[in-house]
Amino acid sequence: MSAVPQRPGAEAIAEKGWLKAHQWLILRRFSQIGILLLFLVGPWFKLWIVKGNLNYSYTLDFLPLADPYLLLQMLVAGQSPERLALIGVAIVLLFYLLVGGRTYCSWVCPVNLVTDLANWLRMRLGLKGGAHLSRSTRYWILGMTLVAAAVSGTIVWEMVNPVSMLHRGLFFGLGMAWAVILAVFLFDLFVMRHGWCGHLCPVGAFYSLIGKLSFTRVKLPQREACNDCMDCFAVCPEQQVIRPALKGIGGTPPVIMEENCTNCGRCIDVCSKDVFAFGSRFGISGK
Amino acid sequence: MACGVGLLGLGLGLYARHATALPPAAIRPPGALPETEFSAACIRCGMCVRDCPYDILHLAKPEEPMSTGTPYFVARQAPCEMCEDIPCIKVCPTGALDHSLTDINKSRMGLAVLIDQETCLNFLGLRCDICYRVCPVIDKAITLEPMSNARTGKHALFIPVVHSSDCTGCGKCEKACPTEIAAIKVLPMYMAKGQLSAHYRLGWVEKEKAGGSLVAPDAEHQYNLPEGMRYEHGGKGLTAEPAAPDAAAPVFPKALQGGRL
Repeated sequence: MSAVPQRPGAEAIAEKGWLKAHQWLILRRFSQIGILLLFLVGPWFKLWIVKGNLNYSYTLDFLPLADPYLLLQMLVAGQSPERLALIGVAIVLLFYLLVGGRTYCSWVCPVNLVTDLANWLRMRLGLKGGAHLSRSTRYWILGMTLVAAAVSGTIVWEMVNPVSMLHRGLFFGLGMAWAVILAVFLFDLFVMRHGWCGHLCPVGAFYSLIGKLSFTRVKLPQREACNDCMDCFAVCPEQQVIRPALKGIGGTPPVIMEENCTNCGRCIDVCSKDVFAFGSRFGISGK
Repeated sequence: MACGVGLLGLGLGLYARHATALPPAAIRPPGALPETEFSAACIRCGMCVRDCPYDILHLAKPEEPMSTGTPYFVARQAPCEMCEDIPCIKVCPTGALDHSLTDINKSRMGLAVLIDQETCLNFLGLRCDICYRVCPVIDKAITLEPMSNARTGKHALFIPVVHSSDCTGCGKCEKACPTEIAAIKVLPMYMAKGQLSAHYRLGWVEKEKAGGSLVAPDAEHQYNLPEGMRYEHGGKGLTAEPAAPDAAAPVFPKALQGGRL
């Protein structure tokens, strides 16, 4: 390896070509922007493919989708959904059980575009350090939002939730939501690396819980080939999830079972040795 | 950390308390639950906004003083058009808009209040009547009550009176009011409506319920009237007794009958 620090993934680009070294990143951006466009062609061109927003949407007058975390808050606040919302929750739960809980975060959530941009800038500007906070803070916040909903009898979190504020705002009028999003961006850029998505967001924390049981996983079929270039660590938004599976610590099988993995696939992209690949949680050789 | 999150929660709770007070100009869509329940049941999806054929609904932005993302309309800008099939309710994925409401005339989005008698044209003696005319529940939700015009001494005033028994709070009257600032406004029910103390009873209602006076049986009223006259209270009043078929028999007023004087 050269002594000059190079951007993570440079080796993979040299080995596999640019496209292959950005494959999952490109697909992910297509997914994120595509979903936004599906929602946007309604208000822009009166072409109603999808109505609603990520809290609840109705596609082609046929497919209801509802956010299980939001409906949980509503339940503890003492209210109940109608039939379509229940069907929507069931579909969403099954879907993320299949593709991976936090796949929501990296493939769907619009805030990821903002925080990824913040992180990219942070890397380009060489900003280091910042505040430290436990990554389990998000679970405390998740619990707090549920307690607050139960105590106040209203869905308190929805008043400040940047995720739904941004998504809703894009189709129904942003208002001052831009300031909240800017705050998240600046927080991630200057205060804490992966601060919002990786430490605080209770929406992601909820999807992490689904991720404990989900089917699709990043596997490491060739972990012996790892040359410790550290590129996967550099790009991973949840770095702590890689090490146990990569190094087989405590007999950990070569599959990332950590619930915080967002299945973004960036580690697959930047690895020049093809250590990583998407696969299922089952069929692990165990070595 | 748990402590910090707890404090955050407390702050959020306090913020929620002030943020759930609905500003008076913001009217919820038909069938909306009472405000506290509504803010728990509404999942801020905006489906009602999308399915409103007249595009009157908005979702509250973060800077607006109500629960972020919840739907409302402003009657003076665009009132509820009272669709018979109520699409906003049908599409609501939760019970935030009550699905048991199927008759739009039974919705109670708010209550119209003739809030400024000093600028209402009908109060000034004109026959504006616009609020009365545009009301979808005409002659029930708003009636025109004639009164004498004390200023001129010879004209009538036709006073628009809103009846909460029939007003849906659609806001068409407020929208149509021709004064610079509407003299009639739709207010949220909690602002518009008073309430009698629990111990109050309306005598006439109680009497009707009981089928008669509850205090003591009404004594038949006796009148001391000139001969040949009769008096009917609440009816014809004082009238001459019709000529008796037998003129020889003297006719006594009722009071004199039965030997009592």
